[in-house]
Amino acid sequence: MRLSPDQLIFLRYGLLKLNATIVFTWGLMFVLVVGSILITRKLSTELKRSRWQNLLEMVVTGIEKQIEGVGLPHPEKYLGFLGTLFLFLATASVCTIIPGYEPPTGSLSTTVALALCVFIAVPFFGIADQGIGGYLKSYVEPTVIMLPFNIISEISRTLALAVRLFGNMMSGAMIIAILLTITPFVFPIVMTALGLLTGTVQAYIFSILAAVYIAAATRVRMPKAEAAAAP
Amino acid sequence: MDSITIIAVASIVIAGITTGFGTMGPALAEGRAVATALTSLAQQPDASSTITRTLFVGLAMIESTAIYCFVVSMILIFANPFWNHIIAGK
Repeated sequence: MRLSPDQLIFLRYGLLKLNATIVFTWGLMFVLVVGSILITRKLSTELKRSRWQNLLEMVVTGIEKQIEGVGLPHPEKYLGFLGTLFLFLATASVCTIIPGYEPPTGSLSTTVALALCVFIAVPFFGIADQGIGGYLKSYVEPTVIMLPFNIISEISRTLALAVRLFGNMMSGAMIIAILLTITPFVFPIVMTALGLLTGTVQAYIFSILAAVYIAAATRVRMPKAEAAAAP
Repeated sequence: MDSITIIAVASIVIAGITTGFGTMGPALAEGRAVATALTSLAQQPDASSTITRTLFVGLAMIESTAIYCFVVSMILIFANPFWNHIIAGK
């Protein structure tokens, strides 16, 4: 029983393997990039615009509002990273409708790579916003004793991001595969629908958690005197 | 019982127990979280987007412990290192 699309290998050249995860990721990248280029070729700022442009505007504005809701004051700085995360994960999960497709996020390599991107992005945005000193001071925030715990919590929440996404997507694919061998008619369709729902929710949760981590790293810390003086 | 049998029996039994116990705790916790979220939604419907978003984030955190148990069960059944070691040894 195949545990992940990693094990379906199309080509092999020495140590390099072209497996299904890479091919499906390239397919998703192709669809997203070429679709966006085609839609944004002739942008119009009047009231009359094409429906695809309307769709993209709805998506972008919705993501911006969510980022603002989490507590990040200038969402356009983070829109590239967080928006890309959400769109990639949502498309990866929704394309399960296409027969023969397996979500590349069902392989631990993809989810660990995305979690590592978040792991690097949090200090990046933190330092860009607060400077190196301000960001490093946040690690000793309540007291110096909390320093190892803060470091451990950084590492463990990155791991939790990766394993959560991998577990949800892999379990959806595996349940559908198992059901196809037992009751091939109606029940797998119900489970595919459930898989679509959980995939979209997990995409949303991944991006919102990344936004929350970035917000925690970039929030302005009031000095204690001001906090005590404010009634 | 030789070691192959012991490893097989232990892996199968523990895989079943892991998923069985591992999903009880998160299910209870998520039930309480959703109940509290519904109560606060009824009391303050205009904060519904914040409440819904926070509810989803909290549910994801609770769900991840169940996912950890599931991943351990899958590893025991499909990618068991002791099993592979014993099989390779034979």
